[in-house]
Amino acid sequence: MTLQMPQPDRETLNRSEDIIADLKRIAGEEAVIADEDGRRTFETDGLTAYRAMPLAVVLPDTTDLVAEVLRYCHREKIKVVARGAGTSLCGGALPLEDAVVVGVSRMNKVLEIDYDSRIARVESGITNLAISNAVSEEGFFYAPDPSSQLACTLAGNLAMNSGGAHCLKYGVTTNNVLGAKVVLMDGEILELGGPHLDAEGYDLLGLMIGSEGQFGIITEATVRILRAAEGARPMLLGFASSEAAGACVSAIIATGIIPVAIEFMDRPAIEVCESFAKAGYPMDAEALLIVEVEGSEEEINDRLTQISCIAAAYNPTTIQVSSGATQSAKIWKGRKSAFGAIGRISDYYCMDGTIPLSRLPEVLRGISEICAAHKLRVANIFHAGDGNLHPLILYDANDPTSAERAELAGAEILSLCVEVGGCLTGEHGVGIEKRDLMLKQFSETDLSLQMQIKSVFDPEWLLNPGKVFPLHLTVDAGTSNAA
Amino acid sequence: MSDILRAATAWELQSMLAPYVEKKVPVEIIGSGSKSRIGRPMQTAATLSTVSMHGIWMYEPTELVMSAHGGTPLAQIEAALASNNQMLAFEPTDLGPASGGPRGTQTIASVFACNSSGSRRVAIGAARDHLLGIEGVSGRGQLFNAGGRVMKNVTGYDLCRGIAGSWGTLAILTEVTFKVLPAPEKTATLVYHDLPDDIGVELMCAAMRLPYEVSGTVHLPKSVAGRLEHSSLADQCHAITALRIENFEKSVDYRAQAMREALKVYGDPTIVGSMNSLEFWGELRRLSVMPYDEATCLWRVSTAPMMGPKIVASIRRHMPAEVMYDWSGGLIWIEVPASADAGASDVRRAVAVHGGHATLIRADQSVRAAVEVFQPQSPLAERLMGGLKVVFDPMRMLNPGRMYANI
Repeated sequence: MTLQMPQPDRETLNRSEDIIADLKRIAGEEAVIADEDGRRTFETDGLTAYRAMPLAVVLPDTTDLVAEVLRYCHREKIKVVARGAGTSLCGGALPLEDAVVVGVSRMNKVLEIDYDSRIARVESGITNLAISNAVSEEGFFYAPDPSSQLACTLAGNLAMNSGGAHCLKYGVTTNNVLGAKVVLMDGEILELGGPHLDAEGYDLLGLMIGSEGQFGIITEATVRILRAAEGARPMLLGFASSEAAGACVSAIIATGIIPVAIEFMDRPAIEVCESFAKAGYPMDAEALLIVEVEGSEEEINDRLTQISCIAAAYNPTTIQVSSGATQSAKIWKGRKSAFGAIGRISDYYCMDGTIPLSRLPEVLRGISEICAAHKLRVANIFHAGDGNLHPLILYDANDPTSAERAELAGAEILSLCVEVGGCLTGEHGVGIEKRDLMLKQFSETDLSLQMQIKSVFDPEWLLNPGKVFPLHLTVDAGTSNAA
Repeated sequence: MSDILRAATAWELQSMLAPYVEKKVPVEIIGSGSKSRIGRPMQTAATLSTVSMHGIWMYEPTELVMSAHGGTPLAQIEAALASNNQMLAFEPTDLGPASGGPRGTQTIASVFACNSSGSRRVAIGAARDHLLGIEGVSGRGQLFNAGGRVMKNVTGYDLCRGIAGSWGTLAILTEVTFKVLPAPEKTATLVYHDLPDDIGVELMCAAMRLPYEVSGTVHLPKSVAGRLEHSSLADQCHAITALRIENFEKSVDYRAQAMREALKVYGDPTIVGSMNSLEFWGELRRLSVMPYDEATCLWRVSTAPMMGPKIVASIRRHMPAEVMYDWSGGLIWIEVPASADAGASDVRRAVAVHGGHATLIRADQSVRAAVEVFQPQSPLAERLMGGLKVVFDPMRMLNPGRMYANI
């Protein structure tokens, strides 16, 4: 693969035995993973094409311990890569050979639930789904729902500002978090927000969320929990073309209906997901929309009838309302397992650009042309309501030229997203994957501002360096991103 | 009174700002100036207004997105949205009238610069949750962009959020791109009468725990409810607890009945229809019940919902206070008699005990010079905020000292 990482610091590598001994003294033997087999578990994340063995892995179980480890690393000028569950699709959690990985997975407790204030205070190593599970008895849930929600941690969601299928209605991570406890690189502990809304001063919490683990390590968060609707039901709308499906999405929104989710799949995606989930997806459609609405039984019926009427104008090949809870679960299982299902038939490279919905037909055509030109197949899955595309470029990991072509095709697709007014990443983050494309979307002035902000939180660029910004860019102060 | 410079374009704004940057002489940044009396008094040589940079230049109703120049009047934005049955869902509050400024003149950039969010905030998020992209001029005089025009965007750090709520102390917003939403087909308000504050707040929290998407909850004690301009509600001279539901017609009717049943322990509510509901909530948006009065100061306190009545009780041990609860009890507007410190030490002590933050919205200039207007920050947060100020505005050119003495 083609992306370069910064050269590891020899001096740090030479000290690795001492560093490991120090970490064990600070965090305890059981919290430090230093053997090769143990470290290998952490050498990659969801972007599996890239690997790097970290110098050591520490799994602290308290905020204070995270602070002690960071204070030590800061003093010794050792880089730190924070890690949740390691599900990042953009290499956001990819270790560096000269860095210590600090994982929050042992910090996974629910600390407080307050239904009157509608908040839960949790440790950040908790999985996304575990938050919803902790409050489901009272009919509540935590709204952001990335497809990896069974495994991914809140810490990772906070770092990447993760979205999900239902964020059309409920917003992404940043819209659902009210407070956080953050350990800065120098070991200081910053408390932000709380159970109240809209903390004053500059929105440090808002900056922290989506900073890709480069500002600090969030160890606790206060998240909003919402009362679930009385019920929800998806319907399937099949169309003879992607254009018709896209036009139907616009028409639904134009009438003032915001479904809780509108998901799109093209034919290759439908075929794979149907064979995996047996959800009843229409096999004769070129494009499929999963549209979900919420409310009481009667409200759902009214809404679905309205949506069916709107869809009728676009000559749907299928209009099928979910027959009940079992089929609804299968419909969502198919969608949420899509990446895994496609992974069973091929290696794939998952893109994450967002586009203005009106440009959908030309972008889908462009994606087909780009992939055809690189002799690669592609399956398209995306959150149609908000234009967040997930083209999955299929390639053969055993064939280096195929992998390289996939990367090239991916970069061209993301450039196309930016050209039509969209962005490089809607919910996965920049990480290493889109790092070198940042200048397609931002000017050097824009990026310089961002890099200077990083320096406010982490002046020596020790936290998760080598990511988000092209390596050749430097902060005004002269600190190199690659340092 | 310093001169007011009005730039018509971002380029002109940069040129107007340049000589001040050159001389390191700070400027006051305003839109229409409706909120000029909020914040700490400043020493500036000139006032730079974005009010001549106006116009909506992109509006895609089916993508739920609009872009406008910073000085575009909010009223123009809302009229354009209304013609497509859409709205700014966070229903920005007009702080003008309550703080001694003009009513209905605020600009869209100022709405985001002050992160001004109204009653629907409790259900749908704050102003900053709806801000997608910005073009701004920093205190260095540099033009920059952040965010974009699409709803899901995690490309780079979230500078939009960092700048929303910074009260013009980091950058001048020359363009804003934001998310809009369909306006509801129908609105209804369930109005409960004569509940004491703590029970009113309990009712609001109970309502938010129901699956009916309550989109506004306010409690007005009797003396404050009596100030309503809306005749049918004001004439009753009762404490009012109001719960708003919005959706398509059949849904609203169903939910109103379901809520009445679920919350019957709190009494039998009057159900107010769409037209009167819109008037009532529209009135609250401009804080009509907290009108400008030199004899009083006005605080805005944000706390955990159930803490609201406790904070008020604690303040009332030291001074009389007229209050209105919004956000299910989590936002309290507190009117206290004017004094040399606007009751700051007692208000801040109550907030420190129960959690949250307090902002002094209305007070004489001498008071705003003497006490912290915005919630004091921890030393660490203060240091980080100071660092951000240096990134955007190292010479402290823009609204210096308006939020805090050092930024």
